[in-house]
Amino acid sequence: MSPVLAGVLQVLALVVALGLAYRPLGDYMAGVYSSNKHLRVEKWMYKAVGADPNTQMRWPAYLRGVLAFSVVSVLFLYLLQRLQGALPGSLGFASIDPDQAFNTAASFVANTNWQSYSGEQAMGHVVQTGGLAVQNFVSAAVGMAVAVALVRGFARSGTGELGNFWSDLVRGTVRILLPIAAVGALALVACGAIQNFAGIHEVGQFMGGSQQWNGGAVASQEAIKELGTNGGGYFNANSSHPFENPNGLSNLLEIFLILVIPFAMTRTFGRMVGSLKQGYAILATMGVIWLGFTTLMMWTEFAHHGPAFEIAGGAMEGKETRFGIAGSSIFAVATTLTSTGAVNSFHSSYTGFGGGITMLGMQLGEIAPGGVGSGLYGMLVMAIIAVFIAGLMVGRTPEYLGKKIGTREIKLAACYILITPALVLCFTAAAMALPTPPHSMTNTGAHGFSEVLYAYTSGANNNGSAFAGLNADTQWFNTTIGLAMLLGRFLPMVFILALAGSLAEQKPVPATVGTLGTHKPLFSGLLVGTILIITGLTFFPALALGPLAEGLAS
Amino acid sequence: MSTVTPTRAPHQDAPTGHQSEGRVGGGLFDPAQLIRSFPDALRKLDPRVMVKSPVMFVVLIGSVFTTVLACLDPGEWFGWAIAAWLWLTTIFANLAEAVAEGRGKAQADTLRKAKTDTVARRLLGRNEERVAGIELRIGDLVVCEAGDVIPGDGDVVEGVASVDESAITGESAPVIRESGGDRSAVTGGTKVLSDRIVVKITTKPGETFIDRMIALVEGAARQKTPNEIALNILLASLTIVFLLAVVTLQPFAIYAGQRQSMIVLTALLVCLIPTTIGALLSAIGIAGMDRLVQRNVLAMSGRAVEAAGDVSTLLLDKTGTITLGNRQAAEFVPVKGTTEAELADAAQLSSLADETPEGRSIVVLAKEKYGLRERHQGELAGAEWVAFTAQTRMSGVDVDGRKVRKGATGSVVAWVEERGGTVAQDAQALTDTISGAGGTPLLVALEDEHGARVLGVIHLKDVVKEGMRERFDELRRMGIKTIMITGDNPLTAKAIAEEAGVDDFLAEATPEDKMALIKREQAGGKLVAMTGDGTNDAPALAQADVGVAMNTGTSAAKEAGNMVDLDSNPTKLIEIVEIGKQLLITRGALTTFSIANDVAKYFAIIPAMFAVVYPGLDKLNIMQLSSPQSAILSAVIFNALIIVALVPLALKGVRYRPSSADSMLRRNLGIYGLGGLVAPFIGIKIIDMVISLVPGLH
Repeated sequence: MSPVLAGVLQVLALVVALGLAYRPLGDYMAGVYSSNKHLRVEKWMYKAVGADPNTQMRWPAYLRGVLAFSVVSVLFLYLLQRLQGALPGSLGFASIDPDQAFNTAASFVANTNWQSYSGEQAMGHVVQTGGLAVQNFVSAAVGMAVAVALVRGFARSGTGELGNFWSDLVRGTVRILLPIAAVGALALVACGAIQNFAGIHEVGQFMGGSQQWNGGAVASQEAIKELGTNGGGYFNANSSHPFENPNGLSNLLEIFLILVIPFAMTRTFGRMVGSLKQGYAILATMGVIWLGFTTLMMWTEFAHHGPAFEIAGGAMEGKETRFGIAGSSIFAVATTLTSTGAVNSFHSSYTGFGGGITMLGMQLGEIAPGGVGSGLYGMLVMAIIAVFIAGLMVGRTPEYLGKKIGTREIKLAACYILITPALVLCFTAAAMALPTPPHSMTNTGAHGFSEVLYAYTSGANNNGSAFAGLNADTQWFNTTIGLAMLLGRFLPMVFILALAGSLAEQKPVPATVGTLGTHKPLFSGLLVGTILIITGLTFFPALALGPLAEGLAS
Repeated sequence: MSTVTPTRAPHQDAPTGHQSEGRVGGGLFDPAQLIRSFPDALRKLDPRVMVKSPVMFVVLIGSVFTTVLACLDPGEWFGWAIAAWLWLTTIFANLAEAVAEGRGKAQADTLRKAKTDTVARRLLGRNEERVAGIELRIGDLVVCEAGDVIPGDGDVVEGVASVDESAITGESAPVIRESGGDRSAVTGGTKVLSDRIVVKITTKPGETFIDRMIALVEGAARQKTPNEIALNILLASLTIVFLLAVVTLQPFAIYAGQRQSMIVLTALLVCLIPTTIGALLSAIGIAGMDRLVQRNVLAMSGRAVEAAGDVSTLLLDKTGTITLGNRQAAEFVPVKGTTEAELADAAQLSSLADETPEGRSIVVLAKEKYGLRERHQGELAGAEWVAFTAQTRMSGVDVDGRKVRKGATGSVVAWVEERGGTVAQDAQALTDTISGAGGTPLLVALEDEHGARVLGVIHLKDVVKEGMRERFDELRRMGIKTIMITGDNPLTAKAIAEEAGVDDFLAEATPEDKMALIKREQAGGKLVAMTGDGTNDAPALAQADVGVAMNTGTSAAKEAGNMVDLDSNPTKLIEIVEIGKQLLITRGALTTFSIANDVAKYFAIIPAMFAVVYPGLDKLNIMQLSSPQSAILSAVIFNALIIVALVPLALKGVRYRPSSADSMLRRNLGIYGLGGLVAPFIGIKIIDMVISLVPGLH
């Protein structure tokens, strides 16, 4: 079987698996967020933190919940790292420096999981399992909660009530993420990923010399790392490490876990707003972009010319032989089109265009299908922008799902789409303009610039993957990327929740044939175009000086 | 005072419906207007004016900035060329607005002539004093006699007069204004042609109808509409995004080893920000109001025009809108024992003295269908005519010992029975059938030597205007529901509703019913438009999202509505909706066009900026532009010229044909989305070819 055919079959297998999970998972999540009952374990949790899960919150209260929880999480994670040296079960690792501890705390709470450390050389069991793994669950659940609040904004009318943050947070964790992650972890163990609390082993190498092997609760963290679109690896090599991702099958399973919730949330959305077709239109938009990017990536990686490439059958540098070009390309696209940021290959080693595709994927705002929750709300904001422009063209005040897109809504949506490009471009420009930061680059020319652009793109969009090649463990990068991650995560949430509140207060406008059909293929096409053009126009100059200059040079 | 209104297009929208091409086309665009408005465009360069449009304000700053840079390096032609074209971009934007405003100015001048200083004859008790029109206060009573210009808006409290309102409506036929009832309102600036009336002033000087009209057509009272504000926000945020993209480009460029000149960066910024729509946005709004004015509709707020595009329910009065004003005789149905010819003869005879439109229509039907020559009252010697009155509800004639009567069923039955006659058995059945079909039955009776008896029934029918069904079908395709409002009974209403093809009807409608209907529709999230003229319509007009008051109506109605139709033509509501939609479509189309344009500009400018340091980027120069400087200049020139090229479209509005949202979106996306993507590639290439012919520019 040719590698290209193998790649196509892998994509097909993914599509089938995602298709099978779509309906039951989407409906199940809709049920979870709409139910009135609390599980016993959930009641204990509410009691423990003193939250009332039954009060309805308006958007400021919901936002206060999100921010308060996240601030506490950042502080807790920061302290845990700073105190690591004094804690038991730390494999003898020292406490983490303040700037790196801040960066890591921000990173995991913001669902980014950018890592300026090497897991196996810095973090012991306590921090890995008690701090980082916990954030892998709850930071994902926060994203889903905010998305559900926005969906409720569309679904409800004449009320400002968006649901209860604490109940959404707990249910997302307990009823959705935990069970799927548990099954996923077992499946990964079955594939050969490790799961233990062993210490560090010193083993002799084949060619002489010695090597350290860490044990750890790897499979469990791996499952939620992908499922919660987190991406922070147990090991520095992330999903290219054989303990994390042993073979082609586990590789496909991990990609499936990355994509399954973001895609299925479109069904949850359709279910909750009372029109499955609206969910399908969003799904189609995400699916078209995902498949398009995957095709382009495989094409550029397979078709690359040059003697070394031709011997290897394509651009194999930086890719694992057990995954091949196809398995690596599919993973790379999935991880950058979501906010995952796990890697099974080194994005820096991709062809110029390939690197550009990973960057553009993140710059779209990670909405196809995007992070758990954040993908859906990001896509809905783009839908609002598309509806606004196109809606005018059918001669009506634009409306989406029966809600008018007026001054207030467009103001909030415009603020939302401004944030990440502003963070990416300003921080990158500052890093390039200042004297010290460029010393972190290990390449020159267009590729060196790509390293920095990638780092801030990844941080501000909460992806967390690294281009590799950039030494990001400096005070400058730890601090600025930390800020980019926090601002890129929580500022948009402020606007999303305000938008949800504003939508929920409106009375619905009944649909007529004069209403723009946002459930039709034409609209999905329009949405794809709007996303590509708006992002393309924003980042074209920067991309031209990085990956495009590199890709077009050959 | 002038009685001619040369600037206004003649009222040409006969409600015959289907003129499919360019129904809501705008006024014609005259290129000479561009030149005439040039001084105004320069005047608008004032930064305090420019700041209202964030996009164009950025261009203004860019123009100043590049000019300063060009002065610092006066030997370089490129800087001067960019600066000059940026100034032109700014001026073109102002020009678009000035042209749009200029079209209202001529109209305002005509109106001002009507507002010449009038002298009012104010009543003080029984005495009269002469005061200037502007000194009148609300509640003052003024006398106007033939030849006087009415000094202010008010209601007639005494007398009846014919008034020439052509200064305002453009309609030269005089109208009757009388005290009491729904025809009592008079407008300042109109002229009394006959008789004497006493007017109670209801508006302060300076706030009269004519003052408001002047302010409206001049655009002075124009406020941004909600959609326009929202669009401005989106454009501002896009401007910020592109500002960031350009500002941050310099450090990247320096790292790449190709520092860019400030002139090039400014040129890139101006090309990227949505100048096309930013320049034309306010012109589109002014032109939209202007299109209404050309159709003799005054919108008191731009918000109402926009709401008109969103309307999903139209309340239409039956009479005058759906049906011709009056019922007409459709057939003669004789009772047993009478022939149709006999009945027709009697019907005609009895209607000769009936001057109402119904009566006339009976005579016409008798002539057309039965060939009965119309007789004149003088022809019949010794005839005693009984005219129709509202009290007797009968008309007829006594001649040669025969008495013929025609009238409402009850009156005629009573008349026959009074004379000891009998009402034929089948008469009742016939009238019931006609009522059931939505018609109005009139009985014809005769008293002669055989006694009094009923001869038959005249079927009076509401005549639905031609072309209404097609118009309602169109509205349905646009997603708009039509509801007919009528005072008729439900049976009649249903029959007419079916014939006209409206979606629903409200029969035996009282003002309260109308109000309740509007509120019910609004509670379901719908926007409602209606027309009205009477004082009792005022609450409903105020409640409706779009309330169009007829100019013939009372001042209460005119106050309550947010639009006034000077032609008092209720069918115009449909056109108002179309104009509202066209306004929104034009904005959306030009926004899409503007954003799509940017793609080509990147392909022109980015290779020009960086192909030296990264030669691979020259592959993006797919237009094969001749030199970097020419490429950048071409993009800037295209960006400026496209504004002028689109001014006619902004003023006329995008062609609009009623159709579903989906087909409209497909069409407009094709033209303005794809067109916007492709057009600049061609335009920039052509400009570049022209520039490359200029010697010495390389």
